[in-house]
Amino acid sequence: MTASTIVTPVELTESDRRHADRLEEVWKEPAGFLGWFKAVHHTTIGKRYMVTAFVFFALAGLLAGAMRLQLAFPEAHILSNDKYNQFFTVHGSTMMFLFAVPMMFEALSVYLVPLMVGTRNIAFPRLNAYSYYLYLFGGMMLWIAFFCNTGADRGWFSYVPLAGPDYGPGKRPDFWAQMITFTEVSALAVAVEIVVTVFRLRAPGMSLNRIPIFVWGQVVVAFMVIFALPGVVLSSTMLLIDRTCGTQFFNPAAGGDVLLYQHLFWWFGHPEVYIIFIPGTAIVSTIVTTFSRRHMFGYLMVVLALVATGFMAFGLWVHHMFATGIPQIAESYFTAASMTIAIPTGAQVFCWIVTLATGKVVLKPPLWWVIGFFFVFIMGGMTGIFLASVPVDLQVHDTYFVVAHFHYVLIGGAVFPLFGALSYWFPKITGRMLNATLDQVSFWLFFIGFNTTFFPMHLVGLRGMPRRVYTYQPGMGWTVLNQVESFGYVLLFLSVCIMLWNVYRSARHGTIAGSNPWNAGTLEWATTSPPPSYNFLYLPTVNGREALWDAAPNQPIVVGLHDDVRSFLTTRILDAEPDGHEEFPSPTMWPFWAAVSTGAAFVGSIFTPWGITFGAIPIAITMIGWFWPERQPAERRRAREIWQSE
Amino acid sequence: MMFLAAVPGFSGDQTSLNPVGPGASHIEHTFALIFWITAVVYIIVMAVLVISIWRRHHSLDTMPDPQPTSAESDQRAQRMVAVAIGVTTVLLFTMMISSFAASRAIATMNYEQALTIHVFGHEWWWEVQYPSDQAWKSVVTANEIHVPVGVTIRIHGTSRDVIHSFWAPNVQGKRDLLPGYDTDLMLKVDQPGRYRGQCAEYCGEQHAHMAFYIVAQSQDDFNHWLQGQQKSAPPPATPQTLHGQQVFLTHACVMCHTIRGTTAGSRVGPDLTHLASRTTIAAGMLPNNTANLAGWILNAQNIKPGCRMPPNGLSGSDLQDLVAYLETLQ
Repeated sequence: MTASTIVTPVELTESDRRHADRLEEVWKEPAGFLGWFKAVHHTTIGKRYMVTAFVFFALAGLLAGAMRLQLAFPEAHILSNDKYNQFFTVHGSTMMFLFAVPMMFEALSVYLVPLMVGTRNIAFPRLNAYSYYLYLFGGMMLWIAFFCNTGADRGWFSYVPLAGPDYGPGKRPDFWAQMITFTEVSALAVAVEIVVTVFRLRAPGMSLNRIPIFVWGQVVVAFMVIFALPGVVLSSTMLLIDRTCGTQFFNPAAGGDVLLYQHLFWWFGHPEVYIIFIPGTAIVSTIVTTFSRRHMFGYLMVVLALVATGFMAFGLWVHHMFATGIPQIAESYFTAASMTIAIPTGAQVFCWIVTLATGKVVLKPPLWWVIGFFFVFIMGGMTGIFLASVPVDLQVHDTYFVVAHFHYVLIGGAVFPLFGALSYWFPKITGRMLNATLDQVSFWLFFIGFNTTFFPMHLVGLRGMPRRVYTYQPGMGWTVLNQVESFGYVLLFLSVCIMLWNVYRSARHGTIAGSNPWNAGTLEWATTSPPPSYNFLYLPTVNGREALWDAAPNQPIVVGLHDDVRSFLTTRILDAEPDGHEEFPSPTMWPFWAAVSTGAAFVGSIFTPWGITFGAIPIAITMIGWFWPERQPAERRRAREIWQSE
Repeated sequence: MMFLAAVPGFSGDQTSLNPVGPGASHIEHTFALIFWITAVVYIIVMAVLVISIWRRHHSLDTMPDPQPTSAESDQRAQRMVAVAIGVTTVLLFTMMISSFAASRAIATMNYEQALTIHVFGHEWWWEVQYPSDQAWKSVVTANEIHVPVGVTIRIHGTSRDVIHSFWAPNVQGKRDLLPGYDTDLMLKVDQPGRYRGQCAEYCGEQHAHMAFYIVAQSQDDFNHWLQGQQKSAPPPATPQTLHGQQVFLTHACVMCHTIRGTTAGSRVGPDLTHLASRTTIAAGMLPNNTANLAGWILNAQNIKPGCRMPPNGLSGSDLQDLVAYLETLQ
């Protein structure tokens, strides 16, 4: 099965080698210091996303450590209330906006989706570079402000009027709101790229019913990003202009409405949770398939479950607002909707279990992380049912029970699969295997540490501890449980340290992986590890759901594309029949300058509304440079037009 | 469900697991139903998962070739998955209907016969009013809500600044107090006692120290308490307390606080007319005694950083007299 011709052979023939050299010449990333800012290939940008998102994860994790230290003792004075409020806000905002979404959606899909659909780069590669720089600048802005004691301190959803002009003095909420703007633009850009890449750039033969489940998951997420983010664009922008321009959207004294903000925020905020964990379930489907050594059971059901989850996620937002006194009939609707979404997720769980139960299970580290996912995430799903019920929610909402619930859902649904993905795709990215023993050690430390930290939070919440309190009084029955939680943090910390060490060492001294160490079925394993700058020597074609497992003995490859320009094949949406070829733009510095000027406009608008007005000028200049047409030899342009008209 | 809360030294006066009124007990029944269903389902699913992996796992160093799947076994599995989804749906509906029933039971508590109490959230304390048709009979107090046992109470609330959430878990689920909105929360306490509550919506610097107590007492005791609160503050009876009153009326205190029967009438801070009848100060943070009161007046920012009470540079004798005066405000 692995002998098919779509897999890059170890020994290249003379003509293959010349072809590879020409491709390398055309596709290689520009060298030197300036070249670093010109890079546009999706593997380069994808790796940057991964490293940056992981740095933010580690930083926000350290803040969690300080908070756990403060909460280990009642009425402790390790962190002042002002510091604590900044710590938990920056922890939550970073984890949600700078780690979870950029890592689960942007980093993974930018790196993997073009490889998995068998093309040479992501659609709109310059936009991709631009999106990365914006994300980086937004994250840096929040953290630099935090180090200057201007850290956001109004919670990761910055409710008004607490974050409004009257009760949120200084610039803290403004930095928060503009960090949202940065990450919104960045996520929307990647969403558009992913939709186009998957719908138009797939390998011939990869019809809709053969798209890998991982890619399906990322497409669903891309659409959710496109529909959900406008909600938070509105709420954070209205908050910002309430603060800087004196509008009164959220001021009840002037006819504004504080609940409007919550509706807009949670219209985005609830789908956000699914944006974070749908990639996680898609990773689980991938790893379960590979390590059960069989095709995924219930492919259609799983894909439909992902799509259904994507739709239903938009009908649940009010369950974050049950305590606000929404009319009961409306609350009942959202109870029903919130409980119904358990059905598609349950269907996925049953399909995974059947796949494992009917396959030949090989217990390697990626599968251990997935087993951890099952235990943790399903527990989070179960506690979610408590929150969906209006009366029960009125008791547990905004207590540590909720803190426990969403850490079970988000760490279970995203971080466990992410670490599984790290151990699964590490050989593809670096060409070397991750050390399995160290990986096992970090898994067990993480699993035990996680449950030690977060399980007691359910109990302490039921015993009445509200969330977001910087301290609590002795004699409430919370002290011992909080100390257990703080101890669990130490295990989590050790686990992540071991993992970092493992990544550092294995990237240098790990065993050479080869192109397909797991004998897996999707297209990213058809090329060498790490993939060359042009991804595939010859673009592959696809004959089944697992492209490599189902390949015919003489599975054809795509030939005849120019190898002296960055050309790629476009295919039709439904059946992936080839319908044209196009050229990717070349590396350039303009996206970087465009991101710098966009960033200047966003940061400037924190201090004066004129920031956007004057900031638009450099943005326009850099965008003109970006889209300035390149000279093309006349005959090649003609040839392309003829090819496309046929 | 009390076993979830069982711990030595845990008084259970702020927990949803120890209900003392119909609101909290309806919720606790739904909670128990969901708890047992989800616990059993979780254990079954995890057991099936572990058994499947255990039965099918191979300790291989190399990855074997993918296995062909048989149509029959997949069809059998399909039927099992369909049954599992069916069972999931039925269980979800059971929990949903139980949840609706609890909501309905809480919503049908009697509005007509209810005693109305107004609660206003402030950064970071609770203003409590007992309205009356005759102005002189209405009562204003703070952070301690006295209620008669067995009488339906209507908490009519809103916020004076940011969003707060009124939550005394032993009695009833929480309800947000939103600026610009009036909200009603019905509750009833069946057992006399003191039940702690706390703001549950993050409201800024001192969100952690925004507690209150519900004091449930017999109707007679409640009436007696209410009549006491309706009175104005007694005039100072000794030279020391008279001087204390002068200190109060000539320093910053008078800018924010009310003491009925004097010229102090500002509504920014808590009403102090019957301060000495309350058991705690600073929104449930400190026991109401001489030392705490003096420390709080001198520099509240040391105790509750960020709170609205400014430091007061009073001389030792002024402070002593002021505290002595405040302690007469029974």
